[in-house]
Amino acid sequence: MGQSRREFLKIAGLGFGGIAVTAPLINWANGAINTDRLPAEDFISRTPTYCEICFWKCAGWVYKNEKNDIWKIIGNDDDQHCNGRLCPRGTGGVGMYYDEDRLKTPLIRKTINGKQQFVEASWDEALTVVAENLAKIRAEHGPECVALFTHGSGGKFFGDLLNAYGSNSITAPSFAQCRGPREVAFMSTFGDVIASPERTDIRDTKCLVLIGSHIGENMHNGQVQEMSDAIDKGATIITVDPRFSTAASKSKYWLPIKPATDIALLLAWTHEIIYNDWYDKKYVEKYCYGFDELKEHVKTFTPEWAYGITTIKPHIIRETAKEMANASPAVIVHPGRHVTWYGDDTQRLRAVAILNALLGSWGRRGGFYNPDRASLPSYPHPEFPKPSKTWRDAHPGLYNLALEVVANDICDSTIPSPDRACNFKGWIVNGTNLIFTLPDQRKTLQAIQNLEFMVVIDTMPMEITGYADVILPECTYLERYDYCRTDQNRQPSIALRMPATPPKYDSKPSWWMVKELSKKMGLEQYFQWNNIEELLDWQLKQVGSSLEEMQRIGVKNLPRTDDYLYSGDGEDIEFNTNTGKIELFATDLQNEGFDPMPVYTPHPEPQAGFYRLNYGRNPAHTFSRTANNPNLTDLLDENTLWVNPIVAKEWGLKPGQPVWLENQDGIISTFAIKVRITERIRHDSVYMVHGFGHTEKQLTRSYGKGISDTEMITNVMTDPIMGGTGMRGNFVTFKLENPHLTKKEVAS
Amino acid sequence: MRYAMAVDTKKCVGCSDCVVACQTENNVPIGYCRDWIVEVTDGTYPQLEMEIRSERCNHCDNSPCVRCCPTGASHYSDGGIVLVTKDMCIGCGACIASCPYDARYPHPDGYVDKCTFCIHRVQKGQNPACVEVCPTKCLYFGDLDDPNSDVSNVLKKRKFKTLIPEAGTKPQLYFLI
Repeated sequence: MGQSRREFLKIAGLGFGGIAVTAPLINWANGAINTDRLPAEDFISRTPTYCEICFWKCAGWVYKNEKNDIWKIIGNDDDQHCNGRLCPRGTGGVGMYYDEDRLKTPLIRKTINGKQQFVEASWDEALTVVAENLAKIRAEHGPECVALFTHGSGGKFFGDLLNAYGSNSITAPSFAQCRGPREVAFMSTFGDVIASPERTDIRDTKCLVLIGSHIGENMHNGQVQEMSDAIDKGATIITVDPRFSTAASKSKYWLPIKPATDIALLLAWTHEIIYNDWYDKKYVEKYCYGFDELKEHVKTFTPEWAYGITTIKPHIIRETAKEMANASPAVIVHPGRHVTWYGDDTQRLRAVAILNALLGSWGRRGGFYNPDRASLPSYPHPEFPKPSKTWRDAHPGLYNLALEVVANDICDSTIPSPDRACNFKGWIVNGTNLIFTLPDQRKTLQAIQNLEFMVVIDTMPMEITGYADVILPECTYLERYDYCRTDQNRQPSIALRMPATPPKYDSKPSWWMVKELSKKMGLEQYFQWNNIEELLDWQLKQVGSSLEEMQRIGVKNLPRTDDYLYSGDGEDIEFNTNTGKIELFATDLQNEGFDPMPVYTPHPEPQAGFYRLNYGRNPAHTFSRTANNPNLTDLLDENTLWVNPIVAKEWGLKPGQPVWLENQDGIISTFAIKVRITERIRHDSVYMVHGFGHTEKQLTRSYGKGISDTEMITNVMTDPIMGGTGMRGNFVTFKLENPHLTKKEVAS
Repeated sequence: MRYAMAVDTKKCVGCSDCVVACQTENNVPIGYCRDWIVEVTDGTYPQLEMEIRSERCNHCDNSPCVRCCPTGASHYSDGGIVLVTKDMCIGCGACIASCPYDARYPHPDGYVDKCTFCIHRVQKGQNPACVEVCPTKCLYFGDLDDPNSDVSNVLKKRKFKTLIPEAGTKPQLYFLI
């Protein structure tokens, strides 16, 4: 049998010889601000940044110590995303810089004496290999056959490069593996998306309804802060979750719903609000389309009907519906963030959107505000070439309502199949560990085997790097410039990230890699700036700021472009939908052949001896990205398996006992996970924090610690509307003995 | 002057930001901490309650650790803050054994370390690092002798408890319930 084309390579065997770059400090720190506002012994300098540990991108200040190395990171008081308070991950961001397991030098996959291995390379050598391979794919298949997966700020520069090269297949797992269904559902309903940070006006809400959203365990900073403000002000919190989450413990009502039945509950709430006349009549009459159809649709969806499905008692469904109505319009039925659960997720989020419409909370104080964002023009460049085909051509007619490129569809389209018009041949992967991000690892690996070329840009030797042809070590966010942050909030704002220190080892920022690649690829005309400072300064000057100003203040809040944070009572509004109204009855879904109003469909339940695998976040970690961060592993270095005491008794499980898991498809976990026996989980489910169970040995702190939920997710329920990957229909059972031992090992 | 801290258990989500902020602010070595999170769950599914507390040294008025220290390294400082003078500490561990709150740890450099209420910050009019960073703003710090301090204000308005009051240590860490 021939060797697989792309054998997983462990970087560990190499012995790094990276060169530590020690630029003279006096030159380096010329952007740093010596402030005398704080006592001099506290720090030598502080430089502005925005955080890269998660997508919230809080702005902060990086302080250095007397050794002129990074000491601490503190939130920027002027930043609306964090209000001067970073979360544990942002505070622990220093660990990303100090992590000695970082990628240290460019690596190229080479076959030497018939054996594949990574060989250390110079930047010139590595970038030449990238440029040559991309040129080859362009010549043989066309530039459209290259895709970019990115979930990092540096990826924006690679996006520019891909556009210049001739492909627009730029994708982030944050859409189809995460928040995509809610964006599509809210677009169908209100003609607008939620986007990030969420436009939820939690600080002023009177009633916050969380459907499986575990704010406080997901550390989405601004939302956690505002939920705390809402608690202070006495807001009612209603949490729907099969698990007693942190948020549930702060709630007036915890609804311990049977998993996968949320739509039934949402429809029953809708029924109650409509048939008790608890909806906002003026709002619905003026702005909504399809009320009569909706009223007829939910006629039979009574709390008694839902009780049999959800196990939530009818009087609780009524009481909670009344709580929402009493708070209206200052009520938020929260759309959540990671919402790819069961494949009917867009419809579930449609039900959420409809409830908000009935309660009149969209565009209202204490509901959903109208966000605003700054816009920085692109540095002048010739028009990008128009790709002759796009990712949609791979599956004509599918996912027409997807608002962004569907990452799993790119993966699927990389596996050759006669019914596909396009196969991807090259992947550029920046800051996303696809092995842990995309469900069904078998498919991801199959796609990778069919690639002609893959380059991975990352700061850490994540699993995906082991399959790369070329690895480019990116310096951390504390050592680089990126494009400015211009994400939405109540007020438009710009935040600057600049290096606090020169890059460690032989790592480089993405902007530099892209600039150098553009030279090697004959695309220099698209990148006419000489360096990042010139690019950023030009952009900032177009909006009346400058790099010098931003280096001084870090965050600049701009006035709103309109006076429209909340919509006026009864004012005329045209919504960006087919009817110009809020669509309770979604015409775009109907046009695509989907249910125009949400319908509850039963989902499979676990067989005897199996338990539904639920997963979530821990406040100390982001995805699998932080699992090796020394400061954050100090808080949590492995996940545990939450098991109800009844289940534990049945299996004879003891607290802390390691168990292996096997899922419904016979997939057995690589590693074991320690049991946590707790009343906080239902008897039909188990729960673990996502992002652990790393298989890359070079991640010395996280290798073999806990189980990767992604490894156990092989049943993927794809949302037919937008391609999202439903991941909560997987069932696992316990293996009490190590299933990987041979008979001989067991005997001894 | 009597420094004290109040922790709002109704708002704390147990994120451990206080722990990381303390570690970076005070150069606490990885693997050690001066503050920590406790979660207490009561009941059976689905009748459950959970209390989350950010805990640290209670800076007791009647500190067993100060009393038992053979060298005088453990002492009361400004406003009742309990401190350890590194150079005087011989690392005998008597204080660790005497503390009912398990608030002290042996620093790898050979002395006993603990929360200082970030006295280096407090003396400059700043809040302790944990208070300053907490995303839920569940930590209140200040001078109990000042009726207008954050901590005085919140203790006037809210019900509170202390931990292990029966130990008679007169702890100055208050938990809002």
